[in-house]
Amino acid sequence: MTRRAALFVLALAAIAVFAPALAPYDPATAHRGYLSAPPMPPRITDASGWRAPFIYPVVLADRLAQRYEEDRARTQPLPWYAADEVAPAFLIGADSFGRDLLSRLLFGARATIGLSLAATLVALLLGTLIGGLAGYRGGWIDEAAMRLADFVMVLPIIYVVLVLRALLPLVLPASVIFTLMTVIFALVGWPFVARGVRGIVSGERTRDYVVAARSLGAAGPRIFVRHLLPACAGYLMAQATLLLPAFILAEATLSYVGLGFPESVPTWGTMLVESADVNVMTRFPWMLAPAVAIFFVVLSANVILRSGKIERSLT
Amino acid sequence: MSIGRYLLRRALVALLLVFVVSSGTLLLTRLAPGDSATDAGLASDPAQRARLRGELGLDRPLGAQYLDWLAGALRFDLGWSVVFSRPVADLLSERALNTAVLASVALVGATAVGVPLGLYTGAHASGFGPGLVRTLSVVILSVPPLLGSLFFMLFAARTGWLPVGGMTSSVLADSGWMTWAIDLARHIPLPALALALPLAATLEQLQSQAIRESLREPFVRAAQARGLTFSQALRHHAWRVSLAPVLGLYGLMIGSLFSGSFAVEVVTGWPGLGRLMFDALRARDLYLVTGCAAAGACFIALGTLTADVMLVAADPRRRMGDLR
Repeated sequence: MTRRAALFVLALAAIAVFAPALAPYDPATAHRGYLSAPPMPPRITDASGWRAPFIYPVVLADRLAQRYEEDRARTQPLPWYAADEVAPAFLIGADSFGRDLLSRLLFGARATIGLSLAATLVALLLGTLIGGLAGYRGGWIDEAAMRLADFVMVLPIIYVVLVLRALLPLVLPASVIFTLMTVIFALVGWPFVARGVRGIVSGERTRDYVVAARSLGAAGPRIFVRHLLPACAGYLMAQATLLLPAFILAEATLSYVGLGFPESVPTWGTMLVESADVNVMTRFPWMLAPAVAIFFVVLSANVILRSGKIERSLT
Repeated sequence: MSIGRYLLRRALVALLLVFVVSSGTLLLTRLAPGDSATDAGLASDPAQRARLRGELGLDRPLGAQYLDWLAGALRFDLGWSVVFSRPVADLLSERALNTAVLASVALVGATAVGVPLGLYTGAHASGFGPGLVRTLSVVILSVPPLLGSLFFMLFAARTGWLPVGGMTSSVLADSGWMTWAIDLARHIPLPALALALPLAATLEQLQSQAIRESLREPFVRAAQARGLTFSQALRHHAWRVSLAPVLGLYGLMIGSLFSGSFAVEVVTGWPGLGRLMFDALRARDLYLVTGCAAAGACFIALGTLTADVMLVAADPRRRMGDLR
């Protein structure tokens, strides 16, 4: 399971790094004639048989109702291969500003997944430090740290995140919001890591190999890094697999209610804001694309976790 | 330690939780820049703002204001909400009830579905049925309340089978108790399902794992060696032991129930505590924010306390002085 979990984290990191490079359009460019245009799915067959992947362009049928029709008479190559000057091709549709949903989804992956990765990393670091110290030293440090962890764990996480976020000015630059949300997420995420690390460390501490290392004169930090940390590796990977989707969801929730990233930054959360209006969502269900993307991330995490021992889900 | 003292200690911890959460929220919200005089959009010129601050006690020193609030809270006077122009206590009791209805319907439903299915998949390692349930459970677990409520809203709006959003139809405002109840019954499935489904999947997985572990216990094998059938050993011995880890997680689940309930309430327009908290935060409605946090903490404290009591009831070992 540990290996699969590591692959999962790496794959998400790769998506965050490379996804924008795959975007066919600029995520901020609004195509005027294509407000809420429907998906134009790639096809490989037409009346005459097989052919290279292509799409049928859409034409506006009713401007008031924003209804479009497929123009079966014309075909067009996929957006990556299209020469300039042809009509835009929105593989999974356009939003209400006529911006390409696929491009926004890919750019949004960078913000959303990047934030979750950063927050997971900080939460793992913080949790390992606190849990490791508590487990290794024991005594009042242990008692205090675990009481604190227990306290944070029973809090309704979303409420805490909301209060912390709402305390700060609503309008901030995107980079500040990124840092801010990383810190807030890590603050509510660390206890889940610390509890397990503490358990493992306090169990391993008295084992022969640790005692041997200490009798050879190894100092506490060295024992911790060289001997105890490897014992926690599997647990930490499992926690990363749990925390990542939870943070992705938290970003989506916060941005959905308007306390996360500003609308101008494409993230999976800010994209979901379009679906807040039931009428819009019913008529243009492709606005739910980020929800589907989140579903697949959470699903892959759950499949990996199911193959190991189940921990409590954070969400 | 006796059960009485154990439960008393847990109750004190619960009280402490409520106290710390509400005080912390009040102090934090007060210390942060901005207040309801500037953010609620109620007062435009400086004089009005100053008057509003005076009415709310926002111009007083933090310590004095806190002590006043604390003295009031002991008498269930939680202050005045600026946004709703109503006492916070009234608002809270109304909205908390709505959340409690939603959450308990979801929790009961999830338990009724998740635990039996967990017993089923835990007791049968292989086979088509258990495999199907396990697969479904992983898929459903991947639809957290935020996504679930969005998907169900789309479904309801497209099919027209269920009302979209809200808790009651405003048209039926005062047309009798019966109509109101039927109306509520039509509105509750959508948010409750969105909240309950991932919970049911979590319970299925936990119960499944717990029963698998308890089936390996020596006394279960001993029972079978005595001549009990597998299902007898399962019902009378393994299940009882597997209850403890599952019940132990109920305490933690209350927290995720709350987080989920927030998303569901915001998406589907259910007038509950989560929405109230959200509205309060946006307007920096100090006493309302604090009241919501206190109510949330109360719920959680009650939930963990109930889980503790159930644990004691379910696991005889805990009654024999093995309490921590």
